[in-house]
Amino acid sequence: MSAHEPARERVRGIAMSGLKADLYRVLKYAALIAWAIFVVAPFLWALSTSFKSDPGVVGGATYIPFLEYEPTVDGWTALFRDTSSGGISMQGPYLSSLVVSLISTSIALFLGTLAAYGLSRFTFRAGPLGNNDITFFFISQRIMPPAVLAIPYFLLLRFTGLLDTHLGLILVYVAMLLPIVVWVMVDFFNTVPIELDEAALIDGCNPIQAFYRIILPNCAPGMVVATLLCIIFSWSDFFFALTLTFAKVQLLPPTIVILNSNKVPWWSLSASALVSVLPLVIIAFVLERYLARGTLAGVIRE
Amino acid sequence: MLDSRYKHIFLLPALLALVAIIIFPLIYTVRLSLSGWDVNFPELDYIGWDNYARAITDGRFWDSMGTLYLMVLFCIVFEYLLGFGLALLLWKDVRAGRFFRVLFIVPMCVTPVVMAVVWRTIFHETLGPLNDVLSWFGIPAVPWLSKSGPAFAAVVIIDVWQWTSFMFILLLAGLMSLPREPYEAAQIDGAGPIRTFVHVTFPLMAPITLGALIIRLIESSKLMETIYALTSGGPGSSTETTSYLLYIRGLREFQIGYTASLSIIYLAIMIIALTIFARSMSRLMIGRQGPVRV
Repeated sequence: MSAHEPARERVRGIAMSGLKADLYRVLKYAALIAWAIFVVAPFLWALSTSFKSDPGVVGGATYIPFLEYEPTVDGWTALFRDTSSGGISMQGPYLSSLVVSLISTSIALFLGTLAAYGLSRFTFRAGPLGNNDITFFFISQRIMPPAVLAIPYFLLLRFTGLLDTHLGLILVYVAMLLPIVVWVMVDFFNTVPIELDEAALIDGCNPIQAFYRIILPNCAPGMVVATLLCIIFSWSDFFFALTLTFAKVQLLPPTIVILNSNKVPWWSLSASALVSVLPLVIIAFVLERYLARGTLAGVIRE
Repeated sequence: MLDSRYKHIFLLPALLALVAIIIFPLIYTVRLSLSGWDVNFPELDYIGWDNYARAITDGRFWDSMGTLYLMVLFCIVFEYLLGFGLALLLWKDVRAGRFFRVLFIVPMCVTPVVMAVVWRTIFHETLGPLNDVLSWFGIPAVPWLSKSGPAFAAVVIIDVWQWTSFMFILLLAGLMSLPREPYEAAQIDGAGPIRTFVHVTFPLMAPITLGALIIRLIESSKLMETIYALTSGGPGSSTETTSYLLYIRGLREFQIGYTASLSIIYLAIMIIALTIFARSMSRLMIGRQGPVRV
């Protein structure tokens, strides 16, 4: 609207746009709320189901406790009970998942940040290939479908006696996570001025000390994002856990999927699903903080 | 300058780890694909190109590729449109913006296969809530998991539920990093919201959009876990993706040599398709500024 318009025209224009703005606002919140309902629906359904017993399930879908079905905590206590007494004893798989994802995340972070720092600060040449090509080589490993690697992994782990061990799975996860760490961290190190490194060197650090004492603390947000992504990916992996472990090592996702095919009642199935994704929901809260600070923006620009 | 004698200490451990854990197994797969290794004959012999000749005429393999690409197409189109729409809505200040943002990020964080188990109860024909809710609107029960069309739709719905959040987070982060000046210029020119979107936001977002699309394309082409838990590739083989077929042929039926050859063909086609997609999309969206590195 230009300021040269007659006053009446302008007033009508503002009134129109006021009405339009209201309509827009209503539609906007309607859309946001609709999507929010779609997002939480599976969780609410699982939560409701986890308190049900037979009558609440076999007669068709019910939603509201007390009103439509008599709630019980049987689904939740089954998580801790032994399989012999109708439970699913989740503690073992939970602990295994925790150990495997924390160790593989730590190793991937250690190796990945070192490499990312190297790629950000030094010039590498290998024939016609330079730093960008090496970075791309790291990231491009995400293209590899797990199904393609499953067979050689299976044979190689069997050959080395690492099939169905935590160590074997951790090795595989490190390869899966390394590209993610390098992807996030190269960009972060690029935003930290090289003068900082040089100041540390003048103060008598060697390059490795400069990296640990000065640069890493300055890249804490990037480390947090990389860590969270690694935990999400390793905690959620199903394919490698399914194909490379069987009896001795039991991680969460395969345990729950096997319950699904074993005719375990819906209530304990729902409770186990909720418990296994709970840590990840907490991660979502932290990730949003870093998104709001603009921490992720640089990563995606790459 | 930093002392470059140290540089290999930084890079080499990760590089060697990656070569050992990914490149070496890949080369081993190529070797396996030239062998007749199976359940009855678990030896690394040499049979030449027989496996590849058999793969060319394997209808189920090519069907699985068709299913995969159709699924990926549906998923990515919906995820992009919804994710971008939601990101635009939450870009400017919104009441309870943080609440919505956290909520919209949750699906990409939770374990896909575990959610697929929950979704299976939701899609249950007689006891599930979805058909119940549909019946409130007078829609007859849909045989979600026992007919091929609805089963395909169910997989797409779950994928859209889970990964729209990923498009959303990438595109929102992109929107938040856009420079202010072009918007001020557009305002001075008197451009309305639609013209501003078409001429400023969309072009500025093109590189980020392209990056997000390619990442999703790569990740969604691995689609297998949801199918394992939800439909087992069925009914028939209507939801069987290539990854799922590779799993069945390789680690259930132990046709190691043959599956290795399918893997190599699949990987080659994927890389070619991705390259063509990235090139043509970058030309389409960014014009002649050259290809974007992802």
